[in-house]
Amino acid sequence: MEKIHLPQCKIKELKEICERNNNDPGELINILHGAQSAVGYLPREVQEFIAAQLNIPVSQVYGVITFYSFFTMLPKGKYPISVCLGTACYVRGAEKVIQEFERQLDIKVGQTTSDGLFSLDSLRCVGACGLAPVVTVGKKVYGHVAPEKVRAILSDFYMLEE
Amino acid sequence: METVKLTIDKREVEVPKGTTILDAAKSISIDIPTLCYMKLEDLNYENNPGACRVCMVEIEGRRNLAPSCKQECLDGMVVHTRTPRVINARRTVVELIISNHPAECLICSKNGYCELQKVAYDLGIREIRYQGEQSRFELDRSASMDRNMNKCIMCRRCETMCHKIQTVGALTAVQRGFDAVVSTAFEKDIAGSTCSYCGQCVSLCPVNALSGRNSQQQVLDVLADPDKVVIIQTAPAVRTALGEDFGFEPGILVTGKMVTALHQLGFDYVFDTDFAADLTIMEEGTELLQRVAKYQAGDPDVKLPLMTSCCPGWVSFVEQHFPGQIENLSTAKSPQQMFGAIAKTYFAEKLGIDRNKLVVVSVMPCLAKKYEASRPEFAVDGNPDVDISIYTRELARLIRYANINFSELPDGDFDHPLGKSTGAGVIFGTTGGVIEAATRTAYELYTKKNLEKVDFEELRGLAGVRSATIDFDGLPVKIGIAHGLGNARKLIEEVKNGTSPYHAIEVMACPGGCIGGGGQPFHCGSMDVLHRRASALYREDAGKKLRKSHENPYIQQLYKEYLGEPCSPRAHELLHTHYFDRKEQLGLTVLTDK
Repeated sequence: MEKIHLPQCKIKELKEICERNNNDPGELINILHGAQSAVGYLPREVQEFIAAQLNIPVSQVYGVITFYSFFTMLPKGKYPISVCLGTACYVRGAEKVIQEFERQLDIKVGQTTSDGLFSLDSLRCVGACGLAPVVTVGKKVYGHVAPEKVRAILSDFYMLEE
Repeated sequence: METVKLTIDKREVEVPKGTTILDAAKSISIDIPTLCYMKLEDLNYENNPGACRVCMVEIEGRRNLAPSCKQECLDGMVVHTRTPRVINARRTVVELIISNHPAECLICSKNGYCELQKVAYDLGIREIRYQGEQSRFELDRSASMDRNMNKCIMCRRCETMCHKIQTVGALTAVQRGFDAVVSTAFEKDIAGSTCSYCGQCVSLCPVNALSGRNSQQQVLDVLADPDKVVIIQTAPAVRTALGEDFGFEPGILVTGKMVTALHQLGFDYVFDTDFAADLTIMEEGTELLQRVAKYQAGDPDVKLPLMTSCCPGWVSFVEQHFPGQIENLSTAKSPQQMFGAIAKTYFAEKLGIDRNKLVVVSVMPCLAKKYEASRPEFAVDGNPDVDISIYTRELARLIRYANINFSELPDGDFDHPLGKSTGAGVIFGTTGGVIEAATRTAYELYTKKNLEKVDFEELRGLAGVRSATIDFDGLPVKIGIAHGLGNARKLIEEVKNGTSPYHAIEVMACPGGCIGGGGQPFHCGSMDVLHRRASALYREDAGKKLRKSHENPYIQQLYKEYLGEPCSPRAHELLHTHYFDRKEQLGLTVLTDK
């Protein structure tokens, strides 16, 4: 695995998050929440740093991170795409939508594009079943998404980059 | 003490408040089957995740069945442990576990010892009704152990052992749902984790998800090779437990039968690691006295306490978790490696053969010894000092393989010159034994006086951490002893913090010392079994005429003919080693931009 050198300011921030929680292993989940919002994701270095701070084995940190789907070890894209695979969206063809995103972005679910712009994930129900299939990109919500609409959604964001 | 009364299977029982139904039932000899549950009474640990649901019981007035390992007894409870509903549920649970477990019992090395197999057999399961998705994990092979996670039933006993008791923290449950599995940090191979290869997880695995590396075929191959001279060394703890795999009670010494069996298997020479244990004492005892002398002379660089280095699990633990303390480890090699080094030089020269023609096999109570034998510094031009290391259970398998009727074997004798040992070498196999053996020799070397009473009762026993002060004729030598890595951690933390009061520390990674090693017949954490194995070693020691390592005539001859003095340059070259910072090697140090 590639070594990432965390910048000193991030290390300082992580240290503060741990200390705010009294370096208490019982607060691991809260600490990980804080760490993920500070760094954006939880790479190996962050996990090792937190484990050392709390004086617990890094395996324990890794076990918690892999248990909760909220935590991610991969950096998310600038525009994180989530395709709902809840029952209503699924029966209305969300699977095809997700495949189209995979094809156009040339990544699989859970991955991030090499330019760091987009990451693709699935989720279960955003509570807008009337709009099924639903796709969210960041805070923006798209309803009644068909595979043919995928290109248009992406171009919204490519345009922002220009 | 507050108690509660309840009825289990129509029998009244009164138990202390807080007792589980499982324990209450056990107290009146009602056996409720379990899989994940395990109580290591003497170690004060319980593995109790309530995961397998095999121990379900029916409680009157409740809609759902309850897991008896978790459910506390309440006053007036009426419990049934064997109604059709209970047994049906239990059966379904086991059938579901089996639906994701390879049904390859015939070729599984745990066949006959597997707890899942036993539960399934007892429940009369004769077909696999549920055909569903099966886990597909890659087999992870390391020098000492194999992980086949397709067989894992997620009981998490290994995790309890690795985290709570050994404090190694290598194994943990990762992922969730169907993907959940016991793995290492970042799901690396065990060789890339902080595993110390103590093998205690293997000892407790109810199935064969974790197993010792199998070297049986390698042994058979070298025995069949007419160009090789094959010698075997047997560790002290093996003789006190090997019999258990052939129906003997724990603590029955089978030294003579073991030697005969090894001769019958075709080994050219059957030697004793105890001989090398005596040699270790000569070197380590001398090293201790040298360090103490330097310390008294005011040398600021001398590292005290001296920590024993016989146990490869402990050495790995220090290298990975406490690299700053590696210089406290004795540079003396372990008995296994000293034996190999002497066999491939001194003994090969005596036979007049090249070291490449000599094959050294060791039988150890240990899985970490396999890893130790494979460490590159213990080889000369790629030829290892110890070619193959097998563990006690593997030897039992070889004996079965050769169709040897073990219990009927006559007693045989070790060959010479590397088969003679003193009582000091014998007690290496139990916690406290190494330091007691070292004390016997170091005392006489230091005081130049004869030690009348060689039994140091204060160093014996199975308490996790022990300490004693031995009077070396005016010099009080302070000794610390720990067995189990969790206990050892307490002692080495003191060393790290500079607060350790000791001159010497003995550590064995496994609870009980080598007698409780990861390669021994399964004892399921029973301290009674360990007590019996330990007392067998002390019996053998007491029955020996020579009980101090330096009195071993073959050791004296070896120094005279070959090594010179203990810790001489020649002895250093052959019998001493060095250690590495493996925390750094594993990339466990967090790098930061300075």
